[in-house]
Amino acid sequence: MEKKIGVYICKGCDIANAVEIEKLEEVAVKEHQIPVCKSHDALCSPGGLDLIKNDISAEVVNTIVIAACSPRVKYREFSFPGNVVERSNIREFVAWTQEPKTEDTQALAEDYMRIGITKAKNSELPEPFLLEEMDKSVLVVGGGISGMTSALGAADAGYNVILVEKQEELGGWAKKMHRQLPRSYPFESPEKPTVNDTIDRVRAHSNIKVFTSSEIEKISGVPGMYDVSIKTAGGTEQVKAGSVILAAGWRPYDASKLEHLGYGKCENVITNIQMEEMAAEGGITRPSDGRKAKRVAFIQCAGSRDPGHLPYCSSVCCLTSLKQASYVRESAPDAIAYILYKDMRTPGQYELFYKKMQDDPGIMLTKGEVVDVTEGANGNVEITLKDTFLGESIKLEADLVVLATGMVPNTTIDSDVLGEWKKKFDEELAASGGKPDPNAPLEPHKVPNILHLEYRQGPELPQLTEAYGYPDSNYICFQYETRRTGIYAAGSIRQPMHMLGSIEDAMGASLKAIQCIEATANGYAVHPRAWDQTYPEVNLQKCTSCKRCTEECPFGAIEEDEKGTPFHKMTRCRRCGTCLGSCPERVINFKDFSINMISSMFKALDVPEEGLRLIGLACENDAYPALDSLALDRSRMNPAYRFVPVRCLGNLNLAWIADALSRGIDGMILLGCKFGENYQCHFVRGSELASERLGKLQETLGRLMLEPERVKLVQLSIQEYDLLPGILDEFADELGEMEPNPFKEF
Amino acid sequence: MSEQETNILVVGGGISGLTTAVEAAEAGYNVVLIEKEPFLGGRVARMNKYFPKLCPPACGLEINYRRIKFSDRITFHTLAEVEKITGQPGDYEVTVKAGARYINDKCTGCNACTEVCPVETPNDFNGGLDKRKAAYIYHQQVFPFQYVIDGSVCKKEACAKCKEACKYDAIDFTMKPESFVVKTGAIVLATGWKPYDASKMDNLGFGTSKNIISNVMMERLASQNGPTGGRIVRPSDGKEAKRVAFVQCAGSRDENHLAFCSAVCCLASLKQATYVREQYPDSKAYMFYIDIRTPGTSYERFLNKVREDENISLIKGKVAKVYEDPATGDVIVEAEDILAGKKIKVSVDLCVLATGMQPTVSEMKLPPEVKINENGFVVADSTRKGIYAVGCAKDPVDVSKSVQGATGAALKAIQTVGRKA
Repeated sequence: MEKKIGVYICKGCDIANAVEIEKLEEVAVKEHQIPVCKSHDALCSPGGLDLIKNDISAEVVNTIVIAACSPRVKYREFSFPGNVVERSNIREFVAWTQEPKTEDTQALAEDYMRIGITKAKNSELPEPFLLEEMDKSVLVVGGGISGMTSALGAADAGYNVILVEKQEELGGWAKKMHRQLPRSYPFESPEKPTVNDTIDRVRAHSNIKVFTSSEIEKISGVPGMYDVSIKTAGGTEQVKAGSVILAAGWRPYDASKLEHLGYGKCENVITNIQMEEMAAEGGITRPSDGRKAKRVAFIQCAGSRDPGHLPYCSSVCCLTSLKQASYVRESAPDAIAYILYKDMRTPGQYELFYKKMQDDPGIMLTKGEVVDVTEGANGNVEITLKDTFLGESIKLEADLVVLATGMVPNTTIDSDVLGEWKKKFDEELAASGGKPDPNAPLEPHKVPNILHLEYRQGPELPQLTEAYGYPDSNYICFQYETRRTGIYAAGSIRQPMHMLGSIEDAMGASLKAIQCIEATANGYAVHPRAWDQTYPEVNLQKCTSCKRCTEECPFGAIEEDEKGTPFHKMTRCRRCGTCLGSCPERVINFKDFSINMISSMFKALDVPEEGLRLIGLACENDAYPALDSLALDRSRMNPAYRFVPVRCLGNLNLAWIADALSRGIDGMILLGCKFGENYQCHFVRGSELASERLGKLQETLGRLMLEPERVKLVQLSIQEYDLLPGILDEFADELGEMEPNPFKEF
Repeated sequence: MSEQETNILVVGGGISGLTTAVEAAEAGYNVVLIEKEPFLGGRVARMNKYFPKLCPPACGLEINYRRIKFSDRITFHTLAEVEKITGQPGDYEVTVKAGARYINDKCTGCNACTEVCPVETPNDFNGGLDKRKAAYIYHQQVFPFQYVIDGSVCKKEACAKCKEACKYDAIDFTMKPESFVVKTGAIVLATGWKPYDASKMDNLGFGTSKNIISNVMMERLASQNGPTGGRIVRPSDGKEAKRVAFVQCAGSRDENHLAFCSAVCCLASLKQATYVREQYPDSKAYMFYIDIRTPGTSYERFLNKVREDENISLIKGKVAKVYEDPATGDVIVEAEDILAGKKIKVSVDLCVLATGMQPTVSEMKLPPEVKINENGFVVADSTRKGIYAVGCAKDPVDVSKSVQGATGAALKAIQTVGRKA
C-alpha cells in the first residue's frame, strides 16, 4: 500500500503559546515533503477530528501523524482503524514543560515533529501471526483438588481437557482428609470431604479425558500447538494441547529431619498427615501402645518458619491443627488438645473458625518456642517451651504429639537427585569437549521433573531466586504472569495455600489457559501486550547465527535449527523486542517498531554545532508515564532531551547509540525499570540486559573515539517522577562539562 | 432509558473489578465496567507501595489501563452505581445510574478549571489530610484523564469561573444524573471495602488528636502524590514523624467491631514501618500486635527482613489506650508487653491505627438471592450461578488474593454466559 502521510498539529493546551506553529508545519511540508499538513485550535474536538476523518475518507491520507498531546490520552479520539497513527507528544514534552517561545523550545518541538514523521514513514499496519493448525485443548498436570478444579473450569467453559495424574486415583491430598476446613460462613465446623463429588464430576465430564497412573514424558511445541507425550501404565500416549496448567501439588516436609522435635526419637510423636490418616481410620491412639490419646499436643511450625528447614510459613498448618484439635475433642469428652504456636495465623474469615475452636475449653492455645521434646514415663512425651506468655519456660506432658509439618512444592527436587543430575550434566559436558565447573550451581528448573518441556532454557518452569522452589509470579498485581507463555501454575505448587485458596487459584489459572488459546487463535500477544498483533520478523539471509537472540529471549521463544539458525516459536513470544535489541546484524524487526526506524529518527534530528543535544529512551510503561506526570505538574524539563518510547529497555540496540552519537548527539539517557531480585520489568530483565549491553559500549564507541560516559542508564519507577528533573539536569551537566561531540561538525 | 448489551457486567473498578474486566475481555467476551468514583483504580490507587515487593501500584494500574484503552471489548462508566438488578443467569437487566460529571469528554486535561476554581473542600482521596478544589483530578496518573466537578460543593452557574476559563467547551452544568439499562449474562460484584471507622474504638483516640491516623491515611502521607509530597510528618504541626507507633487489629478480630481478621494490616504496618525507617535514618517504629500474620513465602521473608532492623520493635500485646499529650502534641500509647510480662508506655510523634477492612457490598442494591453475612461479606454459597462476588466483597483479602479470585471469577462469568461461536 502506498503511504500517504498527513500531519495534523494541535494548537490548543498552550501549544501555540509555546511554539511557532508555522515553523512546525515547515518541518513537515518543506523538510519532509509531506503533502498534507493541517493545524487546528483543538485537534481532539469534533471539528479537529473532522479534518482528519475527511482526509481519510477522501483517501488523501492513510498514515497520520498527530502532533498534540501524549499518546496516553485522547486514545479513542485519535484512533483511526486501518490507518497507521503516530503521536508526537508536543503538549506534555514541550508546551507544558518548557519555557514558551524560546529558541530551545521551538527546536525541541521541531525535533518531535521529525521523530513523529520519521516513525510514521517507517511504520506499517500489523498482520497477525496465525498458526496453520491449532488445538484448543487444555493440558492439566496433576489430579488433586487444584488440577481437578482447573480441568472442570475449562471444561465447563466448553474446552477439551486432558488431565494427567501420577497416582492411581484422582483426589490428591484432599482424598486423604478426614474432614476439610469449612468452606463458607459461619466458618465454624469442619466439613465432611467433598472431594469425591469433584472426582465424580471430572470422571463424568464429556470434555475431560483422564489419564491416571500417568506422567508427562515430554512437552514440545508452542502455545496453541503443544505435542505431549504421556507415559501411561500401558505405554505412551500422544496428545495435542493449546495450553498447560501445572497443578502437581505439594508434599509434606520430611519429618525425619525433625528429630529435635522428637520425630523418630519418641514413638508417640507423629505428623499432621499421620494424624489425618488416623482420624480417618476412626480413632486417635498412640503408636506405642495403641492406647487412646487423651492429651494431644500440636507443635506448630514444625520445620516451617525455621531457617534450618523451611524458612517460609506454610500458611495452612495453623488451620489444620485447629481442625485436628476438633478430632481430639470429638474422640472423648475429656480429651484435651494443646496447640503450641509462634503466631496463630488464621487470616480473613477463618478467624471465626479460630474463635470457635478457642472457645472450646478443651482446646488450649499457648504461644511459645519448643526447645525440647523427650520421651517420659509410659511412652508419654515431655515438651519444654520457652518465651511463653509472661516470659516463663514451661514443661508439658502429652500422650501424643502432632508435628504440624509444612508444605514443600513438588517442583523442588531432593538434593541427592539434584546431585545425580549434576554429575550427568558434567559428564555430558565433558564428553562434548566442555569443561564442567565444579562450583556451577545447577538451576533446579533445568532438571526434568514434572513438565519435561522442550525449551532451550530448561525443562521446567523457572523459579524466582528466593521463592523456595515455588514457581510463583514475580508480580503482585499479575498473579499468573509467567515466563513460559501458555503455561500456568495453580494451587499449592505455586504458593502454599489451603483448599479454598487452591480452588480460587485453579479457576484463575484455568481462565488464563483458555485466554492464551484464544489470543493465539487470533494472532494477539498475551499479557502484558495483550492488544498487540505485531511480531518479530527476521531477515534470515543476513543472520550470522550468533545466538544472542536465542540466549536472551526471556520467554524461550527462539530456538535454533541443526545449522544453528534461529527461528521464532512465535506463539511463545510476548512481543517485548528483547531479540531486536540483542541483534548485532539488525535483522529482527516489528511492523511498527524497528531498529532502522529508531536509527532514522535519530538521524532526522537537527543537530546544531552549538548546544547540547541528548536522547532519552524511555520504557513506555513506567518511565514514559513518569515524564507525562511531570508535565501535568508543569515542572520544567531540561530542553536538551528528545524522548523516544521503547517497548522495554531490552530493545536497546547498540547500533542506535552508534548512529545517534555519530550524528553529533552528545549523549543518551536510558530510563528503565528497577532490576535485581524484586525486578519490575514485565519482560524480566529488560533494563538489566540493556545495562549488560552497555558493557560492550567501549568497543562501539572506541571506534568513534567517544567516551562511554556519554550513555547512562537510570532505574526509575513510574512513581518517581519527582526525581526526574534532577536526574536529567545532572546528566546534562556532566555532558556539558565534556568536550562537545566532535561529530557535530560533520 | 438507553440500553446496552454485554456479556459481563462488573461492578467496581478497583483491582478486583479491573482484573475481572480485562481478563474476561481478553478471553473474548464483552464487558461493561461501572465504578462509583470519578476515576478507576479504587483503593490500590491510594497506595504508595505494595507489600512485600515495595513496588508502586501505579505500574500495574498503568498496564491495566492500557489493556482497557486498547480493548474494544470493554466499556466503562464512572460515577455509576447499580439501581436495580432483575432477571436470571444468562439474562439480567441491570439499571445503572450515572452521576453528573459536569465535565464532558471534550476535556483535554489542561487544568484551567482547577486553577480558577474558588471552592476548596477536604480532599477525601487523601483521607481529608489536605484540601482540593471543586473541579479536580485525584492525581497526575488518573484514569480516565478527564476532570470532574464535585456537584455537592460547586456553585455552578452562580460562579461559572471554570466555564469561562475552559477553552474547549467541556464544562456543562446542565448535566443530570442519567439512568441506563445494561442487559448482561453475568454480574461480578467487585465493590471492595472502606476503612473501618476508627472513632468507634473509644480507647484508641481517633478523632481526638490529628496525630492519631489510620493506616489508609498513612499510605497517603507517604505517597509522592499525596498531601505532603511523600514527607511523613505530623498532621498537627508538620513536624517530622520520627517516632511512629502502629496499633494492630484496630477494629479487627474484635467481636464488638469486625469479628474477622482483615488479613492485610500486619503486612501493611510492616511496610509502613519501612517507609518511616527509609525516610529518617534516626527514626524508630513500634508495632503492637496480637499475632503477626505474614503467611506464605514472600510475606514471611518480608517479616524477617523488617525484623533485622533493630529500630523497629515488634511488641506482642494489646494496646489499652492511645491519647495525645496536649503540651507537646505527642501521642502516648499504653500497652501490655505480653512476652515481657509488663505494662509499657511509649511516646511517639505519630500513631497509626491499623484499621481493618469493612466490606461495602451491602451498601449497594442487590437482588434478594444474594445473601450478606453478619460480617458484611457475600455468602459464597448463596450467590446462585450468574452473580459472583470477588475480592473484598467476598472475603478480606490482599491484592494478590484479589487478583487470583478476580481472574477465576472471570471464568465463572464466562461459564454462565456460555461458549461463544
